[in-house]
Amino acid sequence: MSETRGSSGGLMGWVDERFPATKMWNEHIGQYYAPKNFNFWYYFGSLALVVLVIQILSGIWLTMNYQPSADRAFESVEYIMRDVDWGWLIRYIHTTGASAFFVVVYLHMARALLYGSYQKPRELLWVFGVLIYLALMAEAFFGYMLPWGQMSFWGAQVIISLFGAIPVIGDQLALWIRGDYVISEITLNRFFALHVIGLPLVIIGLVVAHILALHEVGSNNPDGVEIKKNKDANGNPKDGIPFHPYYTVKDTFGLIVFLIFFSIVLFYMPEFFGLFIEAPNFEPANPQVTPDHIAPVWYFTPHYAMLRAIPDSFGGVVVMGAAVMILFFLPWLDRGRVRSIRYRGLSFKIALMLFFLSFVVLGYLGLQPATGLYTMLARIFTAIYFGFFVFIWVYTYFGLERTKPVPERVTMP
Amino acid sequence: MNQDGADKSRRRFLTAATGVVGGVGAAFLAVPFLSYWQPSARAQAAGAPVEVDISQLEPGQLVNVKWRGNPVWVFKRSDDNLSDLEKLDGLMRDPESNQPQQPPYAQNKHRSIKPEIMIMVGLCTHLGCSPLFRPDERPPGIERDWHGGFFCPCHGSYFDLAGRVYSGVPAPLNLEVPPYHFIDDNTVLIGEDEGDA
Amino acid sequence: MKKYLMILMLALLPALTAGAAPVSGKMSADVDPHDKESLQRGAQAFANYCMACHQAELMRYSRVAQDLGLSSEDVEEFLIFTPGTQVVDVMRNAMDSEDSLDWFGAPAPDLTMTARRHGPDWVYTFLNGFYKDENQQFGVNNLVISGVSMPHVLQELQGLPEAIREDVDGQQRIVGLELNEAGMMSPAEYRRFTRDITNFMDYIAEPVKAERQRLGVYVIGFLLILLVLTYLLKKEFWRDVH
Repeated sequence: MSETRGSSGGLMGWVDERFPATKMWNEHIGQYYAPKNFNFWYYFGSLALVVLVIQILSGIWLTMNYQPSADRAFESVEYIMRDVDWGWLIRYIHTTGASAFFVVVYLHMARALLYGSYQKPRELLWVFGVLIYLALMAEAFFGYMLPWGQMSFWGAQVIISLFGAIPVIGDQLALWIRGDYVISEITLNRFFALHVIGLPLVIIGLVVAHILALHEVGSNNPDGVEIKKNKDANGNPKDGIPFHPYYTVKDTFGLIVFLIFFSIVLFYMPEFFGLFIEAPNFEPANPQVTPDHIAPVWYFTPHYAMLRAIPDSFGGVVVMGAAVMILFFLPWLDRGRVRSIRYRGLSFKIALMLFFLSFVVLGYLGLQPATGLYTMLARIFTAIYFGFFVFIWVYTYFGLERTKPVPERVTMP
Repeated sequence: MNQDGADKSRRRFLTAATGVVGGVGAAFLAVPFLSYWQPSARAQAAGAPVEVDISQLEPGQLVNVKWRGNPVWVFKRSDDNLSDLEKLDGLMRDPESNQPQQPPYAQNKHRSIKPEIMIMVGLCTHLGCSPLFRPDERPPGIERDWHGGFFCPCHGSYFDLAGRVYSGVPAPLNLEVPPYHFIDDNTVLIGEDEGDA
Repeated sequence: MKKYLMILMLALLPALTAGAAPVSGKMSADVDPHDKESLQRGAQAFANYCMACHQAELMRYSRVAQDLGLSSEDVEEFLIFTPGTQVVDVMRNAMDSEDSLDWFGAPAPDLTMTARRHGPDWVYTFLNGFYKDENQQFGVNNLVISGVSMPHVLQELQGLPEAIREDVDGQQRIVGLELNEAGMMSPAEYRRFTRDITNFMDYIAEPVKAERQRLGVYVIGFLLILLVLTYLLKKEFWRDVH
């Protein structure tokens, strides 16, 4: 019996002759060697995958009863909440999952920054990741329109008018996006198509690419040490352990912790203080009446704060876009060769902490009205946000960083 | 990584225990996703029983109401209609209504609670067309004596005034009798048995 | 009966930007979706007073019956006043929206989601916030919705409060309400009455609230069991790793 045949002999053997089932299992799970020193920050990749599955399942189920027309959208959501057996649970799974997705993804990205997981040879892995982030933002934006509440309508109005602020082509572009002279059912229908099928396909494709890119080079780790440099007699990294059973078992534990938090929110505070489900959205869309405060959902507020911080409308759009686009260039801006924060210079540590802080503070500011002190703070922290990228380039290009010696082997906690 | 000295039986036990409990959780999780497909409160409201006032119904008159999207006929039989039923037994495919096409209280000679009031679903048991009411006029292509009944134009099946299907026609079963009961002498509630309020 | 009523509005919750409210602060409704008696009283009050003009188009009577422990007969007798309405139907009234437009200048808004849009405290404060105002169409104004285009439907029960105005920073401000003209209920009775209505409105905005809170205990309890098992499982396997 060859090594690639399954132990249920007959059946797996038959399949393996026709489809690389056992081969794929071994390559990506059974004999994929991952560093043994993964810590808390390493839970969020598998959690992101789980949330994706949760969103797809709950989303498909919602689509069975949702009506994508201006007259019936709002009412169909309440129909799901009230008349459909367990509809309320599916709906809350989807709203909680949407916010959970961003919590998990932001923490996942933070890990990459902490441990230099974007550095060579993982630049493409990072690029796929940023593309997923972009797709996710678009997916969330389109999805938020579907309940057709006041915030759905007016939030879309604001964001689409940002595209309108682009010189020369702005108005045509906004018209093309809307499909109509104002946001209408036509816009709702196309956002529905994109949210339910278009972007999920893109996201799934990108996630597959992301995982393949990871497995091609192998995972990074909190010490930034290259585990493939030290192999044992069998050719396996000495500091590596097979993903299954060690990380399947560990990630299952992480999953249960996540589900507990998820359930606390879902069953006891699904609106989460008006951040996960926003109060104005419990009112049907009314094109004649604008709500007092229009703000995007919490996961977009950092960018929103940057947008409002810039006095010029097109300038604000450029800065907001740049805040996401600049992420793509990180592997080439950071010319340092030490990956992990554990061994990098003190200034790097401070700069990274300031970067994280600026993102959180900007997020808070994006929820507030754009006046006086808040606007000034938003400007300062926008500067800090971009300052991080400028700093990291100067710091590493001119060899100003003083790193600590990186160990040969990983360190265990 | 070193598997020597690993307590295999403890591993097996913990894996099995977690697997079983996890499986139970997964089963509980599946329930909402499956129940979600059940008719919603809105569907049930639309499918709610229908009240029909029969105080004005004359012998030989047929009233058509909609229940759960289907036509339901409420027909008042005359004494002649009732006495004819017996004579037609020999021509019927299921004269005693042995097939389960009616509630227990309608499994009798006249296939109804009150002999003079006939209630049945107006859909041919062949492929679902709605048969035509032919109380007097003999339908085309029928050689037999016609004592009134229903003729389905789609494939030529025909039924008597108790909804029983004649033998030799495409339809295999008697017309369905829905659950119903009389709220009072003048009102019948279609869609609900007596005890099920 | 003591006249001085709502100065406590200032003393209560800290000022939130209450939109159009000239007096800051909201009364705390302290809703309880598990209090079935309160919900039943609130349902009856809602049907009798509010549904003359308003509707709750997203709420079925049969669901109200199921959740509040009422029979179909109870619902038909105490909650349904529009002929032809079945228990399985939604809470609509007989008022034509055109009439509403004629009489009030605007169709009376649907109230199903109001408590979720503005919060139960907003609703409670609104019901307690009417005061005499000769300049308005119906002779009343409201602290929560300035220029509200409806009469004080519950006036016979509460009485008609009057605004206490003071000079604040050079401007005339309403700092509280006082009750000079009493109604059929005492202030305490009226507060309980309006709290019941608020509780009911909070319920119709999200009928499943009580049940989801109940289910949450079982789900999280189960997950805690799984947490222990998966932790032990992880620890066991990771003894291999050094």
